[in-house]
Amino acid sequence: MNINSGIAKTYILSNRKLTAVGILGVLLGMSVYIFMNSLLVGFDKSSNKSIFRVNSHITVYKDDEISKELPKEKNKFFLIVNPTVVPNQNTIENPQLVMKTISQHSDVVEVSPQVMSSVFYNNGRTQIPGNAFGVVPEEANRMYHIESFMVEGDFNRLASNPNGIIIGSGIAEKMNVFLNDNINITSSKGVNRTFKVMGIFKTNNSVVDKSKSYVNIAASQQMLKEGNAYITEIHVNVKDQEKAEDIAAQLSKITGYKAEGWKSANETFMAANKMRKIIITFVSLTILLIAGFGIYNILNMTVSQKINDIAILKAMGFKGKDVVRIFVTQAVSIGVIGVMGGVLMSTIMITLLKKVYLGGDIGYFPIDYEPTKYAQGIFIGLFITFFAGYIPAKKAAKVDPVEIFRK
Amino acid sequence: MSSVLKTENVNKFFYDPTEFQVLKNISFEVQKGEFLSMIGKSGSGKSTLLYILSTMDTNYSGALWIDNQKMTGLSIDELAQIRNQKIGFVFQFHYLLPEFSCLKNVMIPALKLNQLEEKEIEARAYDKLKMLGLEDQALKPANKLSGGQQQRVAIARALINDPLIIMGDEPTGNLDSRNTNLVFDILQDLTRTYGQTIIAVTHDDDFAKKSDRIIEMMDGEIIS
Ligand SMILES: Nc1ncnc2c1ncn2[C@@H]1O[C@H](COP(=O)(O)OP(=O)(O)OP(=O)(O)O)[C@@H](O)[C@H]1O
Ligand SMILES: [Mg+2]
Repeated sequence: MNINSGIAKTYILSNRKLTAVGILGVLLGMSVYIFMNSLLVGFDKSSNKSIFRVNSHITVYKDDEISKELPKEKNKFFLIVNPTVVPNQNTIENPQLVMKTISQHSDVVEVSPQVMSSVFYNNGRTQIPGNAFGVVPEEANRMYHIESFMVEGDFNRLASNPNGIIIGSGIAEKMNVFLNDNINITSSKGVNRTFKVMGIFKTNNSVVDKSKSYVNIAASQQMLKEGNAYITEIHVNVKDQEKAEDIAAQLSKITGYKAEGWKSANETFMAANKMRKIIITFVSLTILLIAGFGIYNILNMTVSQKINDIAILKAMGFKGKDVVRIFVTQAVSIGVIGVMGGVLMSTIMITLLKKVYLGGDIGYFPIDYEPTKYAQGIFIGLFITFFAGYIPAKKAAKVDPVEIFRK
Repeated sequence: MSSVLKTENVNKFFYDPTEFQVLKNISFEVQKGEFLSMIGKSGSGKSTLLYILSTMDTNYSGALWIDNQKMTGLSIDELAQIRNQKIGFVFQFHYLLPEFSCLKNVMIPALKLNQLEEKEIEARAYDKLKMLGLEDQALKPANKLSGGQQQRVAIARALINDPLIIMGDEPTGNLDSRNTNLVFDILQDLTRTYGQTIIAVTHDDDFAKKSDRIIEMMDGEIIS
């Protein structure tokens, strides 16, 4: 072993208490960092999962338009005194062409048209307001994985059943209907129609579960007294959901319709996510930093305790950089042991928590071993310990032996 | 005979608390194999001079040569390398690393020099300790030894790299007369047998008289 590391080792072993405190600090900081950040990723994944049960990555629709000024003409100025929304049909013209254009975008993986209509679910004299979504069943299932949150029935039966409907569990409860029962619906255009319940889903978003139903797109068009070219929304899924906003902007430009990414559509929700992320990042980094201060303190203490040793070593021909190595080795050893302990500890904590069943929307505790967070934690942990050791070591390297010997 | 150490007009000032010239025009030469004693009243500047000769103190004017190489103006790292190789030290107050065994303490300069296998270094260190009558203390931690024993360990450590020059600031200050004589004889033998050079600051007149040459200092000047 190199003499510098040999000396570092002796210092580590001869001051076990201090070393243990340092290691424990890093270990705790490290495990909290990895654990909390893995938790964050878990939360995000689970909340994204519930978002994507009801949202596509991008929704393309016709936005309301405000009346605009007319083009300027010579010697004439137009002034709009009271701009209002232009009465217009909220429908996409020539949807087949628009959909084709969208699906040619290289990032787009799934395109599905929808016809949304406001309806009343009739139960005797009571009426429950809600929305019936006309979809192409296979496409909708690919997009929202509806099959995965069905509680009764089979979503695929919708395709072969023009009169079929899949309803939210809240509606089923209120209306007291079961699988294969009939349910009567009135649309905003006054069309009345009876559907057969092919299945019941539960997203665990109670608002959705109490109002939403899926029908075939043709049925929905008929309810609105429209033809088969009538499409209110085009839903789009892309390869990387994180890029949805950018792609939405591009689609908006290409198609001329409003395209909105899932993040803008769920702004409040995303803001809450962001806040959670900031808080957890801040707290976990602070804890790691405190562990770094611990090491800094310990090294500072060691340097002051060993100032005589440093003077002797320098007198015997140890260079400044040898002294730096001795103390940095000490710090990094504490850091490495602490980091390994922290990795082990957080893995144990995640393993235990993963098994905790919470029920409800979430199911098992939404945490998993996140390799990137492990890597990040290890990197930051070692980085901090290195610097926490380097600063006192640099100080030690500057010790003037003559000054010490004179005392 | 060849010169191993030479100074030319070394002057040093302290400015704190007041300006004070601690060394005045120090010029002298030491020959290879010489046993030199440096005496003088307390405060006359012996230690200060020795720190300059040892290359640890670079804050002076004038010039210093060791082994015909000019030390003045070399970088701190270059000087450290030279110290490691060519100079052995015994300090005024025995300075060992308390958490290491005596053997390890003796070995450290050689491990730093890194020219021999660790096994060889260990054997050599053991020999040196034996020479100073400390073979049975070799594995004890340094801080478990008496003051005199520690000082002898420090002497053994100064010898480990077969330095050209061994410098001591009262190397026998903590020793009884029997051990003082033992150390003197060992040091003298080194000069006679191996041609190593000794520069020792001492308050012990008998010790000084037995050596080859005495330099006496007073108020920062060499007076004889
Ligand atoms: N860092 C310093 N700042 C100011 N004055 C100093 C400093 N170090 C030493 N001196 C002064 O320089 C003079 C020489 O000190 P030095 O230690 O060289 O004496 P010495 O001959 O070794 O004495 P002793 O025999 O007591 O060891 C003394 O007057 C001392 O007070
Ligand atoms: Mg002195």
